[in-house]
Amino acid sequence: MDTYTTIILVLDSTVRLAVPLLFACLAGLFSERAGVFDIGLEGKMLAAAFAGGAAAAVYGSALIGLAFAIMISVLLALLHGFASITHRGNQIVSGVAINFIAAGSTIILGQAWFRQGGRTPPLSSGESRFSSITLPFADEIGQVPLIGPIYAELLSGHSILVYLAFFAVPLTWWILFRTRFGLRMRAVGENPGAVDTAGISVTWLRYRAVICCGILCGFAGAYLSVAQNAGFVKDMTAGKGFIALAALIFAKWKPVNAMFACLLFGFLDAVAIRFAGIRIPGLFEIPPQFMQALPYVLTVVLLAGFIGKAIPPKAGGQPYVKER
Amino acid sequence: MAVPYAKLPAWVDYGLIPLINLVVAFLVAGLVVLAVGENPLRAAILLVDGAFGSGDGIGYTLFYATNFIFTGLCVAVAFHCGLFNIGGEGQAYVGGLGVATACLAFDSVFPWWINLPLATICAAIVGALWALIPAYLQAKRGSHIVITTIMFNFIAASLMVWLLVDLLKPPGAMAPETRNFAEGAQLPRLDWLIEMFGLTIRSAPFNITFILALISAYLVWVLIWRTRLGYEIRTMGHSPKAARYAGMNETKIIVIAMMISGALAGMMALNPVMGAQERLQLDFVTGAGFVGIAVALMGRSHPAGIVPAAILFGMLYQGGAEISFEMPAISRDMIVIIQGLVILFAGALEHMFRPAIASAYMAIVAQRREPDTQGSAT
Repeated sequence: MDTYTTIILVLDSTVRLAVPLLFACLAGLFSERAGVFDIGLEGKMLAAAFAGGAAAAVYGSALIGLAFAIMISVLLALLHGFASITHRGNQIVSGVAINFIAAGSTIILGQAWFRQGGRTPPLSSGESRFSSITLPFADEIGQVPLIGPIYAELLSGHSILVYLAFFAVPLTWWILFRTRFGLRMRAVGENPGAVDTAGISVTWLRYRAVICCGILCGFAGAYLSVAQNAGFVKDMTAGKGFIALAALIFAKWKPVNAMFACLLFGFLDAVAIRFAGIRIPGLFEIPPQFMQALPYVLTVVLLAGFIGKAIPPKAGGQPYVKER
Repeated sequence: MAVPYAKLPAWVDYGLIPLINLVVAFLVAGLVVLAVGENPLRAAILLVDGAFGSGDGIGYTLFYATNFIFTGLCVAVAFHCGLFNIGGEGQAYVGGLGVATACLAFDSVFPWWINLPLATICAAIVGALWALIPAYLQAKRGSHIVITTIMFNFIAASLMVWLLVDLLKPPGAMAPETRNFAEGAQLPRLDWLIEMFGLTIRSAPFNITFILALISAYLVWVLIWRTRLGYEIRTMGHSPKAARYAGMNETKIIVIAMMISGALAGMMALNPVMGAQERLQLDFVTGAGFVGIAVALMGRSHPAGIVPAAILFGMLYQGGAEISFEMPAISRDMIVIIQGLVILFAGALEHMFRPAIASAYMAIVAQRREPDTQGSAT
């Protein structure tokens, strides 16, 4: 296989691996821009993946799977809101709790309902899974040298959720920076007191942001179990929620940056999978664990302020108390 | 911040409310047991019987509790400084590296009572160093410690896989683990302690680290409530501004508190690595670092609360393993749910029942005082 094809294939898997990160990252963006830290992305994604896989298997429909995934994820998001907005609990603690509840209950319920060691029944392709979409004339254009494979392999042949994920980026940007809701949401993350003074409910705004976060996490989870894989496997998010969180910081809470950060982290993952142990000729071997750790290392370096400064929304993490 | 809540006596604040939160957490866990089609009451009986019904059960319960005392103290020390150290898992994992280094170097040179302090120091140092970078970044650069410690958990996991697979594994061996430690690095069991109560232990690796954990708990109490450093740590936790005005060195306190926290997490590695498996394995921490969060929240960050909370979670771990023999639908993962619920109700939702309890308490007090016309109220 020649180098060019290899590059295309690595980029193709980069896209596939970046999609769940992108959904989760945008989810976190909504929540954190409104001033609610969300460590629970991982848990919501996991619960959504389970609900999606289970519902798709039972009802034989990928769309019903997606609906259940979103529903469960939104419920968990509301729980997070209930604890951290209504009861002014610690947002980090609440997120950690959601991660554990999701990690435990997906295994327990999966085992009780399907008895396959925490898996959901495998989804046969067709109705019960989001199948890949071939863009028009993929075969014909694929014959064209150089540009052809980019269209046929890289752009074509993904499931609808992949295209949705990349569509969600401009959509998020538009909501955040071009709508009244977006403006108020950003304001509530920076200075909730001012928003309150303007007569707008901080609580209701934050709840809406948290619900948006839940919906997007639902997509992320459904993508994992109903599109990328054929069914739920226990602990299938495997830290993706935290990588998404890292990407969010890396992107400095901006949607377009978030896309590039997720693509970068997806690329690192794709390279680590494809070249287990890269050998730099004549020198030494880069262990695959190094590639796996790189997103986390990069995030720490960024947080340390060595590659620009990541400044979070000012009111992030603080519950809003009306009477001061 | 406004204080919308009434002042309550200490026994309500530190006794009743945590208890109610805990009961609610377990009731919700009971609902999960119902949802998978088992009887929660029978599950509870099986759990307690599995954990305390035999010498072996008690041995395992206390063995797990040892881990959780260390990690609970780790989280608690950071809490007192107003920091949330989620990195206990990673700090404990690399702490194993310190234990293994000491053990592999000296296991055929010294007896265990020299190797234990050596390994303890190594584990504490490695754990503390693993917490140093997040601490420094928090203190100097304002990087959020929650995020950095999470990142360091993942970095630790990758690092340990690499070290065990590529460096520490003896040549020719298949499993990614070090060689077995010789007798000099095997800790004595505490079987006699259980046997004093007329019970016998067959396989439980209940060992001397338990006593070390209790000593650590006492030392943490001394540190936090009886030393100048502890006072500074608590001041930092209550109000960083006040600490600054009082001329305390913020950076120093944050870094020291986090390093103590990391050292405690690192010492947790002694129990499984030196006390039970007698070699360094992959993933020996098995979530104990995260259980520490629940333990610290439940124990209200006080050693006197952490030790019983750790024993409770030890009971859940051991009993949970026993339940799965009788009820296949319930595995040890049930504990992860309970852990999450405890963190939710004792941590994030700790104020949920407070207004109701406060008004109920006020009503009772008012009713009692009514016949008393002296007007001595307030």
